[in-house]
Amino acid sequence: MSGEIYLARSKSIAARMLGDEMMVMSSRDSTLFSLNPVASIIWNAADGLTSLNEIVTTRICPAFDVEVNDALRDAETFARELAEHGILLLSEAPIERSGHSPQERK
Amino acid sequence: MSVLLGEISDKAMRMGVPLNVHLDITYRCNERCVHCYLDHDDHGEMTTSEIKKLLKEMAEAGVFILTLSGGEIMMRKDFFEILEYAREMTFVVKLKTNAILIRDREADRIRELGAESIQISIYSHRPEVHDAITKVPGSLKRSLNAIRFLKSKGLHVIIANVLMKGCAQDYTGVRALAAELGVETTLDPMITPMMDGSRSTLALNVDRGMLKQIFADPIFAPDVAAMCATPDPEDDSLMGSVPCSAGHSACYVSPYGDVYPCVQFPFPSGNVRRQRFIDIWNHSEQLNEVRSIRIRDLPNCSACGNVSSCTRCPGLAYMEGNMRGPSTQDCERSFMLTGIESVNLQNKRAGATAGLVQIRGLGGNSTLVNIQAGAAMAEGTSA
Repeated sequence: MSGEIYLARSKSIAARMLGDEMMVMSSRDSTLFSLNPVASIIWNAADGLTSLNEIVTTRICPAFDVEVNDALRDAETFARELAEHGILLLSEAPIERSGHSPQERK
Repeated sequence: MSVLLGEISDKAMRMGVPLNVHLDITYRCNERCVHCYLDHDDHGEMTTSEIKKLLKEMAEAGVFILTLSGGEIMMRKDFFEILEYAREMTFVVKLKTNAILIRDREADRIRELGAESIQISIYSHRPEVHDAITKVPGSLKRSLNAIRFLKSKGLHVIIANVLMKGCAQDYTGVRALAAELGVETTLDPMITPMMDGSRSTLALNVDRGMLKQIFADPIFAPDVAAMCATPDPEDDSLMGSVPCSAGHSACYVSPYGDVYPCVQFPFPSGNVRRQRFIDIWNHSEQLNEVRSIRIRDLPNCSACGNVSSCTRCPGLAYMEGNMRGPSTQDCERSFMLTGIESVNLQNKRAGATAGLVQIRGLGGNSTLVNIQAGAAMAEGTSA
């Protein structure tokens, strides 16, 4: 990975936890995603201010038996895939946003 | 339904999560459709703040797909405030509307707020037919203009084509119109009783001949052979299954805060003005009763030859008098699809015959004659 990546959830999505999985639908094309528990942690932590590196090292690795580099590679692939569908925003700098979804407030 | 959405729905059923809620925000309407099942007077709708409180409670309860309907949703001056809040709560929002108040500006706002789909009722491609049903001159033109506005914003528009006497024959015209507009269509050949129990609207249901013709049309039943195949013999897994998602992963909330298992299942199960949504969902005796019913518990239907393929609606059965009983409209529908006469239809036919014999036997008792004549007429209507 070349540098820090910051993630923010798009406001053009619908999302809800169902058990330990996050359901996410893009309002752009109605594509539905079901995120597994690891991806759900990344999704919930995507506040625009926390880097992907920090999410992986502080939330993923302690909870799952996984190497940091492996986890970072998988997390970046996941983030870029969701960004292609317009449901995650990616940036090399923190993303300041106004307005928050219910999940963001928790 | 996509495979993933099907899997999510199954999971919600297993977990008892209210994945889908249909919320009518008003019963007021600017059309007066002849088949409508609602009383359009306002008997004390929830306020904006009450609806926002409810939406927050529903989000916390796990509701994901929210259908906003009515009445006509645009009759509420706070409609966009409600929609904006619903999207802030990250629901998938589906709208049902006649759309005659939607113009370019409203279409823009709906696009900005990210509604997933907008379903619009169109009864015919012919203005004189559509407008006679809505009782609003010019309504077809206005609804079609709204579809064009919404489509121009890239929104997902669905034409709901309800079929009834007077317009059913136009369904191919509606489909051609939808193709021209670049939108989807759904066909619904079922007119339901009114919410107050009145069955006067049922006379508008299409007759058996038309129903058979529609079901034989490949555009309605892409795999006619499969749909019309003789049902598989009943099995244990079928007998242990639930009739539908009503009360299991879906429910309905009226503009007055009343909770029902489904919009077509007016079994009062609580009121969100008096209780939190999640408490009603988890603890309502009525919802728990609905949840307890399995196919094997249906005295007529579990023994019916159509049991494995029938789309029996427990709400229609409830409105017919017994939520564990048959829904005659679905019996008719199954009969048209499979050629198998349901136990219910057989009983009705036998009962009607017995009634006629009894009338003859009782001769001059005019009261009984009238009662039996009414039963025979009802049978004739449903046929």
